[in-house]
Amino acid sequence: MTTFQVNGRTVAVDVAPDTPLLWVLRDEIGLKGTKFGCGIGMCGACTVHVEGRAIRSCITPLDAVAGATVTTIEGLDPDGQHPLQKAWIKTQAPQCGYCQSGQIMQAASMLKDFPDPTDRDIDAVMGGSLCRCMAYIRIRKAIKIAAAEMRGDASNG
Amino acid sequence: MVKRILIGFAALVALGVLGFALLAWRPALDPIDPPAAASFPPELTARGEVLAAGGYCATCHTQKGGKPYAGGYGLPTPFGVIYSTNITPDPDTGIGRWSEAAFARAMHEGVARDGSHLFPAFPFDHFTKLSGDDLEALYAYFMTRAPVKAAPRRNTVPFPFNVRALQAGWKLLFFKKGTYEPDAAKSVEWNRGAYLAEGLSHCGACHTPRNLLGAEKAGDAYGGAIVEGWIAPALTDANPAPVSWAQNELFSYLMSGTSVLHGTAAGSMSEVVHDGLAKLPRSDVNAIAVYFADIDSSSTRMAGFEATVAKAVASSGLGSRQDYGADAHLYLAACGSCHYNRGAMPVAVRPELALNSALTLPEPTNFVKVVLSGIGLKDGMSGVMMPGFAHALSDSDIGRLAAYLRRTRTDLPAWTDLDAKVTAIRKEAAGSQ
Repeated sequence: MTTFQVNGRTVAVDVAPDTPLLWVLRDEIGLKGTKFGCGIGMCGACTVHVEGRAIRSCITPLDAVAGATVTTIEGLDPDGQHPLQKAWIKTQAPQCGYCQSGQIMQAASMLKDFPDPTDRDIDAVMGGSLCRCMAYIRIRKAIKIAAAEMRGDASNG
Repeated sequence: MVKRILIGFAALVALGVLGFALLAWRPALDPIDPPAAASFPPELTARGEVLAAGGYCATCHTQKGGKPYAGGYGLPTPFGVIYSTNITPDPDTGIGRWSEAAFARAMHEGVARDGSHLFPAFPFDHFTKLSGDDLEALYAYFMTRAPVKAAPRRNTVPFPFNVRALQAGWKLLFFKKGTYEPDAAKSVEWNRGAYLAEGLSHCGACHTPRNLLGAEKAGDAYGGAIVEGWIAPALTDANPAPVSWAQNELFSYLMSGTSVLHGTAAGSMSEVVHDGLAKLPRSDVNAIAVYFADIDSSSTRMAGFEATVAKAVASSGLGSRQDYGADAHLYLAACGSCHYNRGAMPVAVRPELALNSALTLPEPTNFVKVVLSGIGLKDGMSGVMMPGFAHALSDSDIGRLAAYLRRTRTDLPAWTDLDAKVTAIRKEAAGSQ
């Protein structure tokens, strides 16, 4: 039995300790917002937060997060109103939408380190979050809008 | 004539054997009835607990998943596996019948209560420097632990290396008995650091290279060595970190497992920090930092470090934008989201690879080991993890990442035979789990 926190609640799961966190979240806990993309940590679709930092859940074994705090897209904001989520809607960033939860979780983590990200910062940090619809320009714009809101800037990015 | 020579030769051999037996012989010390735990003052036991942490006694004397200090941990050496002993006060299988004098002799001379010589896998060559007061506290701590019945496992060291009496010869060659003698030319703090580093915390046991007989090379203290598959880097001015280790960064690293200019502790160094040094008083950890900042001459090597940091941080954006190519893409996808930095200094939770000695060591060993196994939440910087890529990246992918980073983040010659080295390290890591 492995116990950890997901989105503020304690969960205990009884699966092999080397099971990827992604499958524990989706299949054991039923949180389907986190997506499977490549399974080898190369595309970013499965990004969640562990102790507030973005990690790829497809290559993170369950036992690595025993006792830790995990946040998924469902728990990023209780009402789905994180500045990034609002900016995503405002800019209509997604096209097919499959990669978006990973993109948003990666961006949320980045904004803690770089509250005022440049294009270079976004390209370097978000470069591992692939979007097959090529929505990168709108994703970048949405991140800047959200960053401005989080900084409390009057301007709109 | 021939007969005379033969007799003379035989007499010489007999004398030699007798002489060696005299040299090797140590008396057994009388067994005692295990003292009651209440006979030790709690303050003494508490001080012993801190010292036991600072000497990492549990790291070797506790088996994975086993009871504390009950032994059975296998230490791989070039001579075979040596299993640690039970140092709980169990009267039959532990040290319950050891008097304080027997305990002190083991620590100071490497001789067990029964008079047999201990192997130097037990770092008595360092513990000999400990003060009598500290030994008293350690004895009180161990004699007040819960006794565990656990017979020691048999070592796999073959003949003749398993002959304990021969250790007397080893000691004659390589062992200098004696408590720490302060260096009057150095500060009190430096001497405290030296006492801990050379004695209790036995830093040289991992960071000093050993000779063919397993003794630390006297002329190459802290010169760097291979330990349990990791490279324990040199702690002298030969340390390969792009920015030399200054006292404040050493202090931060030894206290927390991370330094913004050097990165994260991994492997057994993570245990050293979190299970050991973290329990020492801050002043002691700072003393160790003062000592090693002097050993590595950082004060004379720090000039211009800001430029090195700026260059390193500037290189961390490579892999994205204009720097296209298959290797750069691999790096960007697998590593960039966490290892990118900008500005005058790296962000502490984003270890800057261009400043990390994993990329500047002569071999890619440490880099490959971290990529394969990652860093746990409790290792290195607490609460920050890196997943291992063992199941995600092939040997040649990891080799390509290593080559790419060595090429773009350092000015050093390329590592050779990378694929084969990654394969070997992966195999070794899988075998040790």
